[in-house]
Amino acid sequence: MGLTPRPEHRVVEYDPSSQEGWVATRLDFLVNWGRANSLWPMPFGTACCAIEFMATAASRFDLARFGMERMSFSPRQADVLICAGRVPFKLAPVIRRIWQQMAQPKWAISMGACASSGGMFDNYAVVQGIDTIIPVDVYVPGCPPRPEGLMYGIMMLQEKVKRERMNDETLRNEMEPDPNSQLWIPAPTIDELSEPFGNSVHQTRSGL
Amino acid sequence: MTGPFQIEYAGSADTSAQVPATPRNVPNRGGPVNPSATDLRAKFAAAIRRVDVVWNETNVYVAPEAALDIIRWLHDDPSQRYDYLADITAVEYRDLEQPVEVVWHLRSLPYRRFLRVKAQLTKNRPLEIPSVWSIYKSADWLERECYDMFGIKFVGHPDLRRILMWEQYREGFPLRKDFPLRGRFSRAEQLRQALAANPEARYSMEELSIADAFEDLPTDMRQRLRGGERTGE
Repeated sequence: MGLTPRPEHRVVEYDPSSQEGWVATRLDFLVNWGRANSLWPMPFGTACCAIEFMATAASRFDLARFGMERMSFSPRQADVLICAGRVPFKLAPVIRRIWQQMAQPKWAISMGACASSGGMFDNYAVVQGIDTIIPVDVYVPGCPPRPEGLMYGIMMLQEKVKRERMNDETLRNEMEPDPNSQLWIPAPTIDELSEPFGNSVHQTRSGL
Repeated sequence: MTGPFQIEYAGSADTSAQVPATPRNVPNRGGPVNPSATDLRAKFAAAIRRVDVVWNETNVYVAPEAALDIIRWLHDDPSQRYDYLADITAVEYRDLEQPVEVVWHLRSLPYRRFLRVKAQLTKNRPLEIPSVWSIYKSADWLERECYDMFGIKFVGHPDLRRILMWEQYREGFPLRKDFPLRGRFSRAEQLRQALAANPEARYSMEELSIADAFEDLPTDMRQRLRGGERTGE
C-alpha cells in the first residue's frame, strides 16, 4: 500500500442533477465525518489477532488517532465490532447475539485469516468465516495482520462510512433473527434484562 | 496423609533423594525404573501387565478393572503419596485393531516421582473405565474432556457430560480415528445447529438480570427508576 498513491477520498458530493437537496448532502457529510472519526470498537478477541489488536491500540501505533481509543466492552455502546481471531462453533451464537445487541449504526471488521475464512482451521470446530453469522464490512488479511494492516482496514472502513447516504434504503436494513430460533428474545425481555442502563431495542436509529 | 494445610515441599519425604538436575543423554528405552512400579509389581502382581521405561519416564500398563484400586493405593499409601493428578487422556492408534488406552499422569510431590499409568480397553466392548473422581477431585473436568473427545465412559463420575463441545453436539467424538476432520455434518448444518444453541442455557436468567440488583441501588436511583425514568435514553 505504500508505493502507489491512494485515490482521493470520495466523500459525499453534491450532484445538482440528483433529487437530493444541498442541505441533505451537507448534513450527510457532517454526520459521516463525525461517525468516521469516532468509531468505538467492540473488541471480540479470541486468538493471536487480539494481541496484534492490542498492539494497534497501544501507544506505538495509537488507535486514538482514528478516534478509536475508547474500547467499548459493552456492545450497546459500540459502533464497530472487530472480530480478532478464530470463532469456534460454540462461540457462534455468542458473537451473533453481541452483534444483535449493538445499536445502529454498526459495522464489523473481520480481522485475520481465521475470522475471515476459517484460515488453517478447516476442521469440525471452527466457523469458516464469520460472514456466515454476521455481515462484515472490511476483511483484513494476515495471520495475524500487522497493526499497519489493521489500521489500513480501519481507514477503509472510515472511507466507507464517509460515503454513506441518508436516503440509501438498504443502508440499515438489518437482518432480524428468526422468532422461531432460540436466539430470538422478545423486546420486553431485552428491556427487562438491560435495566437500568437502557438497551439497544430503543436505540435503533434506522435511516440515520 | 498429612493435614490439609501443611505445606509439602517437593522431595521432602524422600531423604535420600538427590537434587534434581536436567537429564542429559536420556535413552529412548530403558534406564532407571520408578520404584513405584516395582512396588506395584509386588502388591498387584496379577493386574500389572507391563512396565516400560520410555525417555526416563515409567509407564505401567494395568488391567482396566484394577485401575481404580491401583490409583487409590498410589494415592493413599505413605510410601507412594501420588498426590497430584496431572492429566487424564486417552490414545487411539491408527491401527484400528489396537486397543484404546486411557492414560493417567500421576505425580508424587513428596517423593518427586512421575508415573504414567495406562489401561487398555478393547474395542469390541463398550469403552468404560472406573472414574478416579473419588480420589482426585481434579479428575472431574479431565474425565469430562476425555469423554467428550473419545467417548470413554467413566463409571462413577458425578456429572459426565460434554465440556468442550456443546451438550447437544451430535456428530460423535472428535478425536476418534473414525471421525472425519471436518465433522460428519455439512457446514451449513453445523452452523445451523450451532446458532440454534442457547449460549445462556447453563445460566439462569435471574442470575444474569441486573434487575435483581434493584434493592441494592441507592434510594434516589430506586425512586427515579420507580417513577419510570430510565437512563441511557
